[in-house]
Parts: sequence; C-alpha cells; structure tokens
Amino acid sequence: MNPISRYRDLRRAGVLGLNARNACYIMTRNQRRLYPLVDDKIQCKRMLQQRGIAVPVLLDSIRGQYEAGHLDKRLQQLDKFAIKPASGSGGDGIIVIVARRNQRWISAGGSAYSLDDIQFHVSGILNGMYSLGGQPDAAMFETLIEPAEVLKSIAPFGVPDIRVIVYRGIPVMAMMRVPTRMSGGRANLHQGAIGVGVDLVSGVTHAGVMQNHVVELHPDSGASINDFSIPDWPDLLAMAARCQQAIPLGYLGVDIVLDERHGPQVLELNARPGLAIQIANQCGLRKRLQRVDALGEPESMSLEERLACVAKIT
Amino acid sequence: MQMRHWMWLSLLLVVAGVALIIWRVEVYGYPLLPGAEDETWTVQARVRIDPEEGPVKLTLKLPDKTPGLARLREDFISRGFGLDVQDKPDQRSATWSIRRSGSSSTLYYRAQFYRDPENQAFAPVPAYPDVPRLDEPFATAMRSVTDRARQKSADIASFATAIIAEINASAPSEEISLFLNSPEYTGKKTEVAQTLLAAARIPSLQINGLLLVESERQSELTPWLAVHNEQQWLFFDPVTGDEMLPDNLLVWWLGDTPAVTARGAEITSLQWSVRRNLVTSLELAERRADEHDSGLAALSLKQLPLQAQSVYATLLLVPLGALVLVLMRNFIGLRAFGTFMPVLIALAFRETGLLAGLVLFGLVIAVGLILRMYLERLRLLLVPRLAAMVTIVVMLMLLISLFSAALEWEVGLSIGLFPMVILAMVIERMTIVWEERGPGDAMIESAGSAVITVLAYLVMGLDVVRHLVFVFPESLLVVLGLTIACGRYSGYRLTELIRFRELSISQ
Repeated sequence: MNPISRYRDLRRAGVLGLNARNACYIMTRNQRRLYPLVDDKIQCKRMLQQRGIAVPVLLDSIRGQYEAGHLDKRLQQLDKFAIKPASGSGGDGIIVIVARRNQRWISAGGSAYSLDDIQFHVSGILNGMYSLGGQPDAAMFETLIEPAEVLKSIAPFGVPDIRVIVYRGIPVMAMMRVPTRMSGGRANLHQGAIGVGVDLVSGVTHAGVMQNHVVELHPDSGASINDFSIPDWPDLLAMAARCQQAIPLGYLGVDIVLDERHGPQVLELNARPGLAIQIANQCGLRKRLQRVDALGEPESMSLEERLACVAKIT
Repeated sequence: MQMRHWMWLSLLLVVAGVALIIWRVEVYGYPLLPGAEDETWTVQARVRIDPEEGPVKLTLKLPDKTPGLARLREDFISRGFGLDVQDKPDQRSATWSIRRSGSSSTLYYRAQFYRDPENQAFAPVPAYPDVPRLDEPFATAMRSVTDRARQKSADIASFATAIIAEINASAPSEEISLFLNSPEYTGKKTEVAQTLLAAARIPSLQINGLLLVESERQSELTPWLAVHNEQQWLFFDPVTGDEMLPDNLLVWWLGDTPAVTARGAEITSLQWSVRRNLVTSLELAERRADEHDSGLAALSLKQLPLQAQSVYATLLLVPLGALVLVLMRNFIGLRAFGTFMPVLIALAFRETGLLAGLVLFGLVIAVGLILRMYLERLRLLLVPRLAAMVTIVVMLMLLISLFSAALEWEVGLSIGLFPMVILAMVIERMTIVWEERGPGDAMIESAGSAVITVLAYLVMGLDVVRHLVFVFPESLLVVLGLTIACGRYSGYRLTELIRFRELSISQ
C-alpha cells in the first residue's frame, strides 16, 4: 500500500475522515449549546415528543442515588424494558430485559438479574460510569422495542435500527445496523453488528459490512442481507428530516427503530455520528455533503422540498 | 478569513519563537546544542609590597580594550585596602590605599576574558606627535633613518615596517647603534621605534600585552606596537616588523610607564599569570547577558531556585509530549486510554528508564486489573471503587519498592514517582473497555497507549530537546504554533487509510 496514492484515492472517492468531520462539519454546523439536548436522551426524547415525533415511551427515570433504593416498587409493574444511561455513548451500559421469572429479570442475552444486580447497575449509571467524563448521570427505563416482523428475514434476532445522517435538514446517507450473535444482540458495529448500506431513494439494502469485511449473508442465519426493501421508507426519511427541525444540529445522526406495534420510532439522536456508514454504503460522504451545501440555504426549505432534494444529492 | 486567522497566528508564534532563539544565539552566544564549551582565560596580576612607615597607595594599570577579546568579570583581592577603580578612556587603573600597614602584603587583580570577534574597540585616536627635539648627534641620526625608511616605503604601514626592520637588523646601522647604545634607550627598542615614528609625525602606542597561553607559573609580558595610519590602528610585532596582532594577545596597558606604582611601600615582586578555563557555553552566555542586564535575553531558568529549576526542566517537556500525542492521535490515528495519560506516564518513565518503567508499569496494571476484577464482585459504587483502586495501587507500588529494596534493585524504588491516580484510572478504564467492547479493543487501546508513551518518552528524553526547552523557554511558542497548526489538520489519519481501504477508488 502506498499511503500517498491511497490518500489521493480516498480523497477522490470523497471519503470523510474523522479530522475533516470534526473540523469542517461538527465544529461549524453543530452548536455546542445543543449538545446537551442530544447527549441527555431523556431531554432529547421530550424535545422530539413536543414535535410529534414518535419515540419509545419512557417508563421511568432515576436521577438521585436515594431513588435507587426504592427500585423494587418501581420495577414491580415492569417485565420488559431497557435500562439505559441517559448520557451513554456507543451502546455502553444498556441492559435489555425481556422477561421476569420469579424475582429475576432475564436479559436479551439470557442472563438473569436479581434486584441487587439491577440496583448496582443503576447506581453505576448514576455515578457516571458510562457518561462522558464520568459526570453524574440519570438512568432511564424505556419500553422494550419489539422489532417489526418483516425485519426478521434480514435480522433474525436483536433489534436492528436504521441510522440516517441528516445534513442541514436533508438525509444524505443511511444504513441498517443488524445485530449478530457476535454483537450480543446489540446494533453496534464495533461490537460485531453488520452495517448494511441502504439506497437512500428506494430504501433497498445492498452489501453489508461486518468488522470491516464485506458480507452478503447474515453470519448466523445465512439469509441474504441484500435487496431487502425497508418498509415505509419515505416516512422514515421524513421522520429523520423532522428531527433536525426539533433539534437544529447541522450534522446529525438519527437512529430509528421499526416497532411491530408502534411503527417507526426515533431511538436517539447523535451529534457526532460515526463514519463507518461510508463503508457500509461503499460510498464517501463528502460529495453528498458538498452537494447539499451547493443548494444554498436548505434549512429554510419546507419538509417536502428537502425530501425532494434527496434524489438530487445521491 | 477564519482559515487565514489560524495560519497567521500559528506562523506568528513559530516565527516569534525562532526569532527569539536566533537573537539569543547570535547576540549572547547561547548554545543551540547541549554540552558546547567555550574557552575563557583568567589573567592575574600579583603584587607583593613591603610597606614603609605611613600610608600606602598603590596604583595598578588594568586591562581595558583588546580587539577580539572581551572581559567577563574581574575581581580585586586586597584584604584591608581601600579600592578605587578609575575608568579613564585611555587607561583604566585601580588604586589601593591603606593608612597603616604593618607587614608585607599581597594584592591580586584577577580578570576573565573570552573571545569576541565582534569587539574590535581599541584606544582612542591620539593627536599627532610633535617631532622629538633631540640633541646632536641623535637629531641627525633620526633624520637620516627616517629619510632612508621613507625611500623604502609607500605608506605608513610599510614605513613602520622599514623602521622596525632597521632597528632589529642583525648588523644595525651606525645611526641605530647610536640610539641602542645610549643609556637612555638601552634595551628599549620599542621606544626607539616610537621616537623614529614621531619624527615622521606618526602616532604610535606601546602595548604591554600578555599572551594568553597557559603557563606553569609565571607569564612574561610581551611588548607590541600600535601605529595609527589616520584611518585605523595597525599592529606590529616590534621584533620582526610583521603587521599583525596575535589573537591571544591581551592588551594590559599602554605606554612606557610601569604597570604598578607605589607610594609608601616597596614593590618586592610583580607576577603575571594566565590560566585557561573551559566553561559551558551556556554559562558564558548567561554571564554575558547578565552583564548587559538585558531583561529578555537574561530570561533564564537559571535565575530560579534549584528546586524550581528542576520542576520546570520537567514541566517544559510536557508541551512537547503533548505535541507528540497530537501527532499520534490526529495524524496517525492511534487510540489511547485517557487524553494525556501517555504523556504523564512517559514523564514518570524518565526516572526509571524505559524498559524498567514498562516492566514496572505493566506489573502494577496487571496485578491491579486482577484485583479490580475482584472488586467488581463487591459491587462498590463508582467513586469509592476508584478510591479503593488508588489505595490498592499505592500499596502495590510500596510492595514493589520494598521488594526491590530487599533485592537491591534501585530502579524499583523509583516506582514511587509513578502518578498513582493515573494508574488507577488506567486500570478502571481498561476494565470498562474490556467488558464493554471486549478484550480486542482493550488490547488495541493498550498498544496505542504504549506506543505513544514510548515515543513521548523518547522525544522528551532527547538531550537536544531538553537542552532547547530549558535554555530557550521561548521554544514553547514554536510548539504552541505547531500545535495550533496541527489542530487545523482535516486530512485523513494514517489508520483511516486502512480503515477505508474498501472505498479507495482504484479498488
């Protein structure tokens, strides 16, 4: 590998690097005062709800250590839920509880949690174990997402989600994150989930990437991950674009899940979305971002106009 | 606009830093490289006197201006005597005086000189001398010698050369012999030359110099002749007539008067000596800057108390370590635990050495990780858990120190200088990465941390680097400028070239 020619090739392919993402897009397009709104998932959920964007219901939240003591009463009614740190990143500190047997909660991975275990995990969250810089955090209990049945063919287990990068209000790239056994049912690429490129206009999947290698079949089920048509694709794009209106971050990652009963819901927003989406789509981001910039002032367009632009910039 | 702004700022900082360094190197001779040494010479005049009755007053001529040499410092050692230094433009001198002096005493004058090619100052230009009024037959002799010399010469320099040659000829002419054999001029060839030059109204000075050559005990004075040719001083060897000035000839005093005059005492001995010293260039430059009392030039860490000096010698390296870190993270794309952890660990390694440091560090981390796994079972809250880890780390360090003391392995003792809080945080962070992202990620981050640590250690350990930041603290301006420039790098990181290889167009 010749680093200089590789560098030029990547440049020509319009690949966005971390330094360029930070310097040219995040620092110039994302106002710092908006970060807390997305970094705190509870606050973010509230903002999205105010805009009428569907989100998974917040069952309960705990901010003070003293509240953690009364956890048993709060959990009495709950059998299925996800515990999350409100300011967590990269999926760290999330426990998904799928059932209760006697006094034990069973996680998606099959482990049993006693009340003590859950209390310990919650106090770890409150102490900032998973938050940026170890700041005190809140623990949130969210309804469990039941992935839509149609997704089972491409994602046999775990909850897949769809990440859309929205730049200045216009969706520019999307991928589906499919959990695998290796990722422990989580939709995080660095833990071994498959990143599947999605055609932005049609919502049809093409080749996926797992641990930086191109894959065409799901490693656990053997089913093809190509040519899957994501249902309600235009609605998903509209939903992603509307998130930017709720929280006006110029460079935004929107994570959407498809729930069997409630349809598409925004799981969370990300002010610093990763760059692996380029590998999943086998396409650089930079040219699309530049085409959006060439539109002038896309922020002032109506939702319909913005969505009409999607076909133009891909 | 914004683009330009950072470029100008970065450029300004780098230029300012480099300019300050160059200025101090050029003007004061601060050494760019460590270990550079310069010669200095300590010259000494030692006068012994036997006092008579009553007050004693003794005057010693002092060296002033010598082309090519500069004085660093001078000392007068004279117990009980009052001292007065006269700074007259043509002749410096020191006067020692005492009202009553019982026994014989010894007075010293000591001065230190260094080479300074820029300094070409010499005595002020004298007035044209009058033609000496001599009795016959000296007057006639003088005229015929100058006439002959004038015929053989084209200008003042060659005239002086001709005169000196005639005086020093193996078979001197009648006229010269007349001078040399007269009681007034016996053994004073330089004075004969001066008389003959004055006959042509050429100003001249007799130099009483000291050759800066280290001698066992005593040095002899070397006479030299300075002739002014209406533009500048020319120097002549009074024996050979060559026009030159040895670069190691120190001009002590001018004229034919004695160096020391005493009243109320008898001079029993007068001795000259020269000693050559080697000082570090840094020391020399600092003394020079000190003499000139230039605030910015004398800006030196050497002015701080010793303890503060050693603290800053270390602190000044941190920005460089941080720059290494920036390069590794933003240009290479290595991942590491914590932002500045590698730099702090590298600083600690300076005490232990690299290999021993890595071994000790690895040991503490490995044992700490095992104990941390055990702590996990106790379900401690975060802050108490971290506090417990700090305690455990301190105990581990103490144990290692005790063991190495028993084994008489001295390096092990210096583990006490490791930043224990950082160690505890590394263990904590490593555990979390291990559990959340798997051992693979933990290994990648550990390896990244180790590489940055080693590189930062190597850079901060370079003698040149340590010397530069210590002697030229303004080099931090350069570091800051470079760091700002690095902060605006928006190209790919080296690891991204691998990460995004599938997207490369030529694929």
